[in-house]
Amino acid sequence: MPQILDRARARVLDGGAGLDQAEILEILRLPDEDLPELLQLAHDVRMKWCGPEVEVEGIVSLKTGGCPEDCHFCSQSGLFASPVRAVWLDIPSLVKAAEQTAATGASEFCIVAAVRGPDQRLMDQMREGVKAIKEAVDIQVAASLGMLTQEQVDDLVDMGVHRYNHNLETCKSHFPNVVTTHSWEERWSTLTMVRESGMEVCCGGILGMGETIEQRAEFAAQLAELDPHEVPLNFLNPRPGTPFSDRPVVEGKDALRAIAAFRLAMPRTILRYAGGREITLGDLGTREGLLGGINAVIVGNYLTTLGRPATADLELLQDLKMPVKSLSATF
Amino acid sequence: MPMDRGSTRAQGAAPVPPYCDHCGEPAAGGHAACATARELEPPRFCPDCRRRMKVQVVPTGWTATCVEHGTRHG
Repeated sequence: MPQILDRARARVLDGGAGLDQAEILEILRLPDEDLPELLQLAHDVRMKWCGPEVEVEGIVSLKTGGCPEDCHFCSQSGLFASPVRAVWLDIPSLVKAAEQTAATGASEFCIVAAVRGPDQRLMDQMREGVKAIKEAVDIQVAASLGMLTQEQVDDLVDMGVHRYNHNLETCKSHFPNVVTTHSWEERWSTLTMVRESGMEVCCGGILGMGETIEQRAEFAAQLAELDPHEVPLNFLNPRPGTPFSDRPVVEGKDALRAIAAFRLAMPRTILRYAGGREITLGDLGTREGLLGGINAVIVGNYLTTLGRPATADLELLQDLKMPVKSLSATF
Repeated sequence: MPMDRGSTRAQGAAPVPPYCDHCGEPAAGGHAACATARELEPPRFCPDCRRRMKVQVVPTGWTATCVEHGTRHG
């Protein structure tokens, strides 16, 4: 057995402490023949420190497209020749989407807007929407609205938003190659305010945006330093019209190695399968990831692309004897 | 007035639309890669007039609206 796996077993599985950046890099460099053992260890860590439950979430775009930022992976930037047009979701449709998400057994519903940060119109729409959802549906409401002011953080807490998503997207050293209209530090600042507000912090990113293996390890270590409640792990789905449209898709084994590495960096976090898993890993990989450190999924469609049918993921969880985390377990 | 149009049409009844709803180019000539991409994406272009549609994706489906040819859903 490679030494790093022995050390990980002692430190992470037995002790509950995450690996550091150098150790994460060692994990990411493990050869393919060690992958089954690595995934088993990551699964054991997840089962010991998180348990067998899987948190299920649905996401919906309240405001799609027309974003002024230049995140190079994103089809919703108004700066690229993407076919995605700007559109707003009305409140009845938002509530209906929350109802349909809850019907899958999901405990989380995240409202997302493609913006640099929310303006008053969006905050008003959020207040009305969150209120309407809470009156109609038994589900936890999360939000992802870009960079926030302290006043906006306080408003979201007042609305009853329990978790806020704001992805760092990639490591600090690679961020300028991905986004130029704002900085990694600005994102970190919002995350700090969210944490201090008492809302749960949801922060992850996208793998496959041209980062090196070393930078992938750097990213995992920076997320571990942030210690978010949840880490959504996306794999780049190259979008037509974006600067990253020609990037290659992450190879399946590299994706699984990364899942395990992120689990060993953050043994207690909710590690969520997010966008891109369908093209990177397919059906078989979804199963392998759930047996290799993942303990949360986004069910159904994403913001602008389609996912596996919710029933496919729920049947898989049943096969794997992994119960869906109930709403009562989240309080 | 735009019509509401489902994504399923009666087999053999509808003519082949002139444009690819994924890339917006003329449908003739083959769009195998577009068809593959469409398995995990909603349509973006109206297949009747190639206008970019307003598309709303929700967890369990999507709607795509052309100002001239109405709303499709899937």
